[in-house]
Amino acid sequence: MGRKLDPTVKVKRGPGRKARKQKGAETELSKFLVDDDGPKKLSSRSRKRAIKRAQVTKEPKQEEKSKKGFSDENSKWLKPTQRKRKIEQSEEDEDSDSQWEEEDDDDEEGFGKKEMEEEEDDDDEDMVDDYGADEGDEQDSDGEELLPIERAARKQKKQIRKKPGSDDDEDEEEEDDDDEEDEKDDLKEDEEEEEDTVQANFDETETFKLPAAADRAKEGLLQMDLQTIHQRIRDNVDVLSHFSEKREEGKERSEYLSLLRSDLCTYYSYNEFLISKLMDIFPVSELIDFLEANEIQRPVTIRTNTLKTRRRDLAQALINRGVNLDPLGKWSKVGLVIYDSSVPIGATPEYLSGQYMLQGASSFLPVMALSPQEGESVLDMSAAPGGKTTYMAQLMRNTGMIVANDANADRLKSVVGNIHRLGVTNAVICNYDGRQFPKVMGGFDRVLLDAPCSGTGVISKDPGVKTGKDEADVLRSAHLQKELILSAIDSVNADSPTGGYLVYCTCSIMVEENEWVVDYALKKRNVKLVPTGLDFGKEGFIRFKERRFHPSLKLSRRFYPHSQNMDGFFVAKLKKLSNTIPTAPRETEDEVESTKTETAASSEQIQKPESKQQKPASTPEKSNMGKKQKLKPEKSETPIITKKAGVKSENKKSDGPKKAKIAKLDGETSKKSAKPNKKQKVKELNGDSTKEVVIEKKKGSQFEKNNKTKRKNLLKKNKNRMGKNKFKKLKNMVGQ
Amino acid sequence: MLTCFGKKNIRLTILTYTLKILLIDRPDGTYCFRLHNDRVYYMSERILKLATNISRDKLVSVGTCFGKFTKTQKFRLHITALDFLAPYAKFKVWVKPGSEQSFLYGNHIMKSGLGRITENTAQYQGVVVYSMADVPLGFGVAAKTTQECRMVDPMSIVVFHQADIGEYIRSEDTLT
Repeated sequence: MGRKLDPTVKVKRGPGRKARKQKGAETELSKFLVDDDGPKKLSSRSRKRAIKRAQVTKEPKQEEKSKKGFSDENSKWLKPTQRKRKIEQSEEDEDSDSQWEEEDDDDEEGFGKKEMEEEEDDDDEDMVDDYGADEGDEQDSDGEELLPIERAARKQKKQIRKKPGSDDDEDEEEEDDDDEEDEKDDLKEDEEEEEDTVQANFDETETFKLPAAADRAKEGLLQMDLQTIHQRIRDNVDVLSHFSEKREEGKERSEYLSLLRSDLCTYYSYNEFLISKLMDIFPVSELIDFLEANEIQRPVTIRTNTLKTRRRDLAQALINRGVNLDPLGKWSKVGLVIYDSSVPIGATPEYLSGQYMLQGASSFLPVMALSPQEGESVLDMSAAPGGKTTYMAQLMRNTGMIVANDANADRLKSVVGNIHRLGVTNAVICNYDGRQFPKVMGGFDRVLLDAPCSGTGVISKDPGVKTGKDEADVLRSAHLQKELILSAIDSVNADSPTGGYLVYCTCSIMVEENEWVVDYALKKRNVKLVPTGLDFGKEGFIRFKERRFHPSLKLSRRFYPHSQNMDGFFVAKLKKLSNTIPTAPRETEDEVESTKTETAASSEQIQKPESKQQKPASTPEKSNMGKKQKLKPEKSETPIITKKAGVKSENKKSDGPKKAKIAKLDGETSKKSAKPNKKQKVKELNGDSTKEVVIEKKKGSQFEKNNKTKRKNLLKKNKNRMGKNKFKKLKNMVGQ
Repeated sequence: MLTCFGKKNIRLTILTYTLKILLIDRPDGTYCFRLHNDRVYYMSERILKLATNISRDKLVSVGTCFGKFTKTQKFRLHITALDFLAPYAKFKVWVKPGSEQSFLYGNHIMKSGLGRITENTAQYQGVVVYSMADVPLGFGVAAKTTQECRMVDPMSIVVFHQADIGEYIRSEDTLT
C-alpha cells in the first residue's frame, strides 16, 4: 500500500516468514504487466498454429518486406527516420514510404511493436485487428470448447478480408498520416460505400490509380469527406512528382492533373479559374505549400517611425507593455514582428503618439527598392492607407516633398490620419485618378506605383478572392495597371540629378498583372529595368506559357507566403532613360528627326515638309505619324498654354518645327537639354543614320506632354499666337 | 487665402498654448499657414508652391492640419497640431499612468489622476497634457489654478479635455 515502487528492492523468496509478507507494489504489479518484448511461452497447440501461420504467410511477407528495404530480422527494431514531408522525400522507394507510414501509425497510436506486428500481419493478409499471438493465448485460456468455433469464424473472416483485404492493406500503407482508427473507419466505409472509387485509387501499393469517369461522377453525388480528398491530393501529387515511375499505364498526365484540380478546388474552396492559374505558376508540390500558406495568417509586423523614435527604444517600451516581439529580419532595420501581445497593438499610447505603424512585411519592400533620397520630390500614386507614404517620408527625413494620391476619397482619410499621426510634414494629399497624373503634375524624381490588383497574393487576408476572381477581373486589373504604369513613367523626370526611378509593385502573383505589365511598359516607353536592391525573393518570370518577356525581367522580384512568409508580392524597379516617348515601333530618320515626341497634330504638317527634304522618308512613316496623331487627340490644351513661353524661345532657335517640339513642358532642365538636342538635330538633318538619330532621340529633349508641344510648335510656326478658340484651330490643323 | 480676421483668430488661440509663434521662420526654410476648405494647414513654402498645381476640389491635405474654423468662425485646434505646439508649451500637466487611458478615451482629468502641474497656471489656461514618460498626450484647459488644485478634493475635475491622441482612432474620419 504505502510502499514505493522501487525496482532495486529484492523480493524475498522461499518458505520463510519474510517471503509470506506482502511484497511491494512493484512485485504485485509485475504480475499484471506483461513484458511484451520477451518471447511468449507458447503451449503445444499454439506452437503448432504458429508454424502453420508462418508457412502460409511466408511468401507474401517476403515480397512485401523486400519492398520495404529493411531485412526481415531488423524490421522490428530498425525504423526509418521520420520525414516531415512525405511528398518531398518520396523520391525513395515506395517501400520506404509504406514503412514510414507504418512507423507513423506506430508513433501516433503508441501501440509500439504491436502495431508493427499488426501491420506486418496485415501485409500478410491477416485482419487489421489481428492480435495473432494473443488470440492463440486467449483461445487457450478460454477453453477448448471455443477453439474450433472460434477458429472457423476467424478463418472465414480472413477469407472474406483477403480479397478486399489486399486493397485495404495497401490502403493502410498509403494513408500514412491518418490515424489507424480512421483508416479502419475508412476501410469499413470503403467496403460499404466507396469500394469502387477508393479501391480503384489504392489498388496497388505503388500506384495511385485514377478513378474512372463513372466513379468521379458518382463522387459528385456522394459526399466525399475532406480527409479522403486530402489523401487523394497527396497521392496524386506524389504520382505527378515521379510520373514515369508511378504512373498508371494508359493514363495521361492531364487526367491526373484534372483530378488534382477538382480536388484542390473542393478541398481549399477555390474556383476553377484560380486553381488553373496557380497550377500554371507553381510546380505541383509548391502549389500545395502555397495553398496551405494561404489558409493561415501572416505574422503581424510593425514598422518603427524613425522620425520619432528608435527601434530599440520602441521595442523596449512595447516589451514593458507586455508585447512579445522580435526584429523582423536582417533585411530591415525598422521592422518588428509581433508574436503575441497582451494589449491591442493598434491602440497602445506608442501607436497613438506615432512611434510605429502596423504594416505588412511585404509593404516594406517597394519603398526599400525605391529608396527616396532627402530633398527629392516623390509621387505615390496609390497611397492608401499611407504605410508606404509614411515610410518614404521617414527615409527622406521630412525633407523634399511627397505627393500622396489615391482615387478613393474614403481611403484617403486613413492616409491623412496616418500622415498626421506619424508626424510627416512634407506631404501633399490629393484625390486624383492616377491616370491623370502627368497632366496634373510631373517631373518627379521618383514615383511609386502600388497598383490596384486582383489580390491573389493576400488570400490569407481576404479569402473572398478564392472564389470571387475570374478571367475578366484579372484582365481588367491588368488593363488599368498598364494605363497607370504609363502615366507613372510619364510623371518621372528622366533627367533628375538624383533619381529618375519608378517602382511598380502589386500584391498579386498573377503573371498578367506583373511581368506582362512591366514588359508592356518596356516596349512602350524609354525605360529599363534595374536591380531592386532586394537580395531575397524569387526572380520574375522571363517566359510564361506562350508569352516571352524581356530578359531583364529577371531583375524583378516575386515574394510568396510559403517561402518568404510574407504576403504575395511583386516588385520591379524601372529607370527612365529619356523623357521622350517613342511612337509606334519605327526607327526611321524621318520619324526621329521630325518628332522627338509622340504624336501631335502639328507633327504631321511639320513632318511633311521635312520628309520631302529627307529622301529616305517613306510613306509608312507618314502613315505612322498620321496614326500617332489619331492616337492622341485628347491631349488637353493646358500644357500647351503653360509651355508657350518655352516653345516660343525654342522656335526661334530651331530650324524646323520639330525642334520647336523640344519645347519644354516644365522646368529649366528641359531647356538645357533642348539646346544640345537641337544641335544634334541639325547634325541629323545633314543625313546621319537612323540609328544615330534614334540615339540622339533618346538623349533628346525632355518633355512630358509631347502632343501639346508639337501642336504648339505647329501653331507657333504658323501663327505665333494662340487665339481664343485654340481647340478648334488645333482640330482644323489636325484635320488638314 | 487666409484672411486677416482668420489669422487673428488663430493667433489668439495659439497664444493661449504657447509663448510666441516660433513656427513661421525656421532654420530649414519659411513656413506658412494657409486656409483650405475651412481648415488651417501649416506647411513650408516649398510645398506650398508645388501644391498649387493641384486643383482645389482634389486637394485633400497639405503639410499638417492645425485646426479648423467652425461654422461660427471659431477656431478649433486639432490634435494634429500637437507635435508642433508641445515643445513650446508654457503650461504643462502630467497625468498619472492610471488615468492616462481615461484621458485617451476623451474624459476630463480629475485631481486623482493629476501627477504634476506647472506653477502659476491660471484658471482656464490652455495646457498641454503629458504622460509621466513625457510623451505628449493632448491639449486641455486648466479648470483650476495650481493653488486650487492642491486644495481641491480628489474627484473634482482639474483639466478639461480638448484634444487627445486617442482621436486618431476614435475620429479618424473627421481629421479631414
